[in-house]
Parts: sequence; structure tokens; C-alpha cells
Amino acid sequence: MNADWLPVLILLVPLSGALLALLNRRAAPYFSVLAAFITLLLGISAAWHVEAQGPIHASDGLFALDALGALYLLPVCFVYFTSSLYAIGYLWARKQEQASDEAEPRYRQYFPLMNVFALVILAVPLVANLALMWIAIELTTVFSAFLVAYEDRAEALEAAWKYVALTSMGAMIALLGVLMLYYGTHAAGQAPTWNGLLRAAPHMSAPLLLLAFVLWLIGFGAKTGLVPMHTWLPDAHSQAPASVCAVLSGVETSAALYMLLRIYPALAANPGIHDPAAWYMTAGLITVGSAAFMLLQVHDFKRMFAYSTIEHMGIILTACGIGAAVHEQGTVYQLFAHGFTKSFCFFAAGLAGIIFGTQEIAKVRGLISRSPAAGWALVLGTLAIAGAPPFALFLSEFEILYTGYSSGQYLPTGLLTAFIVIAFIALAYQATRIAFGAPDNIPEQHTAPTIKIPRSSLAAMAIAFIPMFVFGFYLPAPLLHLVHEAALMLEVPA
Amino acid sequence: MMAPVSAIMLSIDGSIAALFVIFGLGVMVSRQMLASLRFFMWQASALTASALALAYALQAVNLLWVALITFTTKVIAVPLVLRWAAGEEVYGRREVDQAMGIPASVLVAAMLALVGWFAVAPVLPTLHGVPFAAINLPTGLIMVLWGAFTVAVRRESVAQLMGLLIMENGAFFGSIAIVHNLTVIAEIAAAVDVPIVALVIGLLIRSIRRVTGSTRVGTLDKLHER
Repeated sequence: MNADWLPVLILLVPLSGALLALLNRRAAPYFSVLAAFITLLLGISAAWHVEAQGPIHASDGLFALDALGALYLLPVCFVYFTSSLYAIGYLWARKQEQASDEAEPRYRQYFPLMNVFALVILAVPLVANLALMWIAIELTTVFSAFLVAYEDRAEALEAAWKYVALTSMGAMIALLGVLMLYYGTHAAGQAPTWNGLLRAAPHMSAPLLLLAFVLWLIGFGAKTGLVPMHTWLPDAHSQAPASVCAVLSGVETSAALYMLLRIYPALAANPGIHDPAAWYMTAGLITVGSAAFMLLQVHDFKRMFAYSTIEHMGIILTACGIGAAVHEQGTVYQLFAHGFTKSFCFFAAGLAGIIFGTQEIAKVRGLISRSPAAGWALVLGTLAIAGAPPFALFLSEFEILYTGYSSGQYLPTGLLTAFIVIAFIALAYQATRIAFGAPDNIPEQHTAPTIKIPRSSLAAMAIAFIPMFVFGFYLPAPLLHLVHEAALMLEVPA
Repeated sequence: MMAPVSAIMLSIDGSIAALFVIFGLGVMVSRQMLASLRFFMWQASALTASALALAYALQAVNLLWVALITFTTKVIAVPLVLRWAAGEEVYGRREVDQAMGIPASVLVAAMLALVGWFAVAPVLPTLHGVPFAAINLPTGLIMVLWGAFTVAVRRESVAQLMGLLIMENGAFFGSIAIVHNLTVIAEIAAAVDVPIVALVIGLLIRSIRRVTGSTRVGTLDKLHER
């Protein structure tokens, strides 16, 4: 098949999934899984093509996919598929659990919306034009608002409103930055694409480029969950269904981060901008540090994983600053591995929530004795997201820290190490309490009838576990090459 | 380098910018929801007028598209969407809750205007060949900041939506002076984006009103770290 068609097909399949889900509500979950599976296959084909034959440019420059885009596209496709599969049983189980509640969940809207949500996330690495990328990011918020408000209760609507208000505010700030870059590239005779921006950057006015970047940092930073614009993130994750959290946390927040990473080489290429890496390290360390300390006092296990997402966004941003002059393999691998690892964590958290009927850590003990599958998944997911070996994130965090120390950047790397250790301790402590704590110590055990864990959710978790575990010690040669190529795109030799 | 433009066109654009700022201030400080919406519509009309003036002065046909899109989506479509989604709340005589009083808001607005100006000041000398940039770019950035401030201090969902929309007006007001060549696809997408955003936020406002009995989002404060 001609690779030029792949970007279009990747976007058309979720759109078809959404339309079919609208037309036939009963079969909507299965159409979604099928669409997501086909998208995954197409995504792998596109990444394979990029690795073997270089970037794809299609439809007269409307679409483009390079190594960094492909490396981000893979977890998006994967999480879209696992989340769709997980949602079939999970949403059904939640419906059973909440049968007596007054609020009627938006079950009928879920699958069409989820497919459109996936479509706009997929568009971010696929469209070539900066303005279209901005529109795609803006629409991710719009189409996921009702997924966050799935429960249709006051708390869920509060979370959805905060999410929409804060991230849309960020998007409007970023819009002015996007349009400034549009001017900059046009004035230099280049197209408003990543490649055009890179070619134009040395000739652009440094104050203009810097102002555009600051607007991006604030605007896309709100979507990424950078402190202090992060407040929507724990609220949205505490209320949204776990299958939505998996996509929100795993790949949606990284969409805005992807934009922030990609502008770095342009900043570094401009002779008038001194040490852009410092911006990344500062914003990243503030975020990692704040998230690490917030993890110590968290009381809700879905909020715990949300703070962990904030921590990871900060790690990636810091890593970009640290690795810029050396090498960026750790940065891009962290972006890649965070997607499926975090989705696995939310899958496990969702099951724990169903089993205990609460998300409060204090009320959840002895998960392993109640459900070994959910309990072990939560423990392994927490260890994986905290960066323990032999999981994929251990590899990337080790690489980031090694890069920092070996290049003599002791202060930022030391701080990053300290924050990662604090977050690790907090996560491991909370997970062991949830999984191994004695059930008898809880005065008010959840008395709801035992709910059998849905098989589709277990299957999704089993699939999500594979890359999280295997990519910690083995990377297939094409993937390794793709990681290397993606890293080269961010590296700017000193 | 763009062609020089006449002083008359510069003064026309300057006057429109002044109106644009006044209407933005109106959105920010008006106590009535309906007044806030009307100020927003007037501001979007000022943006349309500026796009038309620049299209004429710079012979930039694409800015005619921007003018048409702005007028259709913001002056016509958004009010219709809001009437459908939260009609009683917007068109009834409803006072807007806010976390900060009007005098303090005006003071903060003045400070934000200074911040916006100083942020753009280093950029302007590098845009010496772009005739309207010195008027539109600072005005646009100031409006983006005012919009963000409006979202932060208003406790009413419709008023917060107005804040978001004046931020977008600001971004476009700033950029029409420097970008006349958004590709047609990006323009069409932008045209679709605004009504979709307004529609979805309108639906969310409708849900909030149905569940809580009001569109006051200031009362939604159950979610926080204990």
C-alpha cells in the first residue's frame, strides 16, 4: 500500500468508528474496538514505514509524519485500542454498581465521543500545519469534556468545567503564539510546519520567537498539567471513568507536551535566544517537585495517578533541557513509555474502584486478597510508573539521569533524582497499603455484592502489560532505531 | 516587507482598537450576563471591522475570510448557541457573581495592560515593516490577558465562556496584523472550531444547570485535596 494514504486512513478509521457507534448503539463498543484495532495496525505500519524509509509527506503537505511523530503516534494508537477494549466490561460493571444511583451515566454517548476524541489526538502528530495542530489540541478538550462528565453528577460536571475552562484558556494563550510562529515562518519564506519552523528559526526575530514560546509554555503547559496550571488534572481524573483517564493521562496530556518538545530545536537554532534549555529545566523541575510532594498527601488513588502524570510531564520537560546538548533518547523514550504504562495504572485503578466502590485510599485495603488480578496489577502498575526495574520507564529514567550526571549537570539532575525518589516512595507506600493492608482493619468494609471482573477489562490489562514489561529489557531493532531517530530531532549540539 | 499604508488607515485601525479594548473591558466588568454577551458581540464586530480595514489597506483577500468567519461565528452563531443552551440564564436579568469587585478588577486590568505592553514592546522594533503590528499586537495580547483574568474571577459559567471567547478575539486581533495567509484549510477549521467550542461548552453549561439548578460554577467546589 502507498504510505501516503496511511495518515488519511489513520484518521478515517476512528471517524468511521464514531459514525457506526452513533448508528448502532448496541454494537457501538464492538465497532469502537474494531476501529481502534485497525488504527493500531495502521499506526504500526506508518511507524514502520517512517523507520525504514523516512518521513511520510502526504496530501500536498497537509499531512506529515516523522520519527518523533511516529514515536508519539504508537502509544496513542495502542492506548486507544486497549482503552476501547477495557471500556466494554468496565462501563457495564459500573452501570451495575450504580444501578440505584439517580444519575444516569452517558453510556450512549461514550463510544462515539471516545472515537472522535481519539481521532483528534491522532491528528496532532499527523497534520503538518501548526494551526491545524493547535485546532486538534483544542478539540481534544472539547470532545473529551463529556467523557470526563460521564457520570453526570455535580462533582463530574465540576471536574469537566474546570478541565474545559483551564485548558481552553491555555489553548487561547497558545493560539497567539501559534500565529506569531506563522508570521515568523512566512516572513522567512518557509511553510508553517515543523521543518519550515526549523529552517526559519535562525532568521526569526529572537524576541518574537521567545514571546511565542512563552505563550506556548503557558498555554500548552496548562493542557500538559505543568504546575501551577495543573489543578484541573487531579479533579478530572478523579471523576472520569478509568478508560477515559487512561487516554487523558496516557496520551492526551502528552499531545501538548509533544508541541513543547518540538519547538525546542527551533529555539536552540536562534542565535538571539540564550540557553533555552534552562526554561525547560526550570518549568520541569517545578512541576516534578510539586507533584512529588503532592503525592505524599494524596487520599484518592485515581488522584494519585493523576499527580504521577504531572510528575512525568515534568520529568520529560526537565529531561529535554538536560539532554538537549547531549542526547535525548531518555526524553523521547519516556514520552513513549509513559503512554502505555499510565494507561495500565488507570485500568488497575478502575477495577479497584469497582471492587471497593470507593477511590479513597483509607477505605481500600487488602485488594490482593479481594482480587489477586486487580491487586497485582495495581502493585505492578505503580512500580512501573514509579520507575522501578525491569519496566520500560526504569530504562528511560535511568538514561535521563545518566545523561545528566555524565554531562556534568549535577544540580538539575540531583534535584530531579531527589524528586523521583520522593515520588517513588510515595507511590510504593500507597500501593502497598492498598494491595496488602489487612482488610479487617477497615471498620466499614464495602458491602456491595461481589462484582466479577469483566473479561474484556482483564484482556486489555494483559495486552497493556506486554509493552510496559517487555520494553524494559528488550526493544526490537526497528523501534530502537525509531527512538534514536526521534531523539536526534531534539538534539542540538552545544 | 509590506507596502506602506496611509495615516488614515492607521488612525482608523487605531480607533477600532480603542473600541475593541472598551468592549473587552465591558465584558470584564459588566454585572449583567446579557450586557456581557452584548459587549462580546460588539467586540467581535470591532474585530470584523479591523479585519476589513486591514484587508483593504494591505490588499489581503484572506482577511476578508477572517472578517466573514468572525462575524458569522461570533456575532451570529455564538449568541444563538447560548440562547439555546442557557437562554434563561443569559437573557433573563441575571447578575454575575465574581470573586473580585469591579474597582479592583479595573485596577488589575490596568496592570495586565502594562504587562501586555511590556511583553510585546521588544517584539515591535523587529516588525518595522508590518504597518499595523504596533496597534494590533499589543491590543491582542492585552485582550488575551484580560480574557484569562475574566475566566479566573467570574463565578458564572456563561461569563467564563465570554472570557474564553474574548481571549480568542484577542489572539485574532493581534495576529491579523501579522498573518494574512493562513491556509484555506486552517481558516475553515478555525471557522468550525469556534461554534463547536461554543456548542460543547453550551451543552456543558446546560448540564450544569440541569444538575445543580444554576449556571453558577462558583458553587461547584467539592473537588479539592483534603
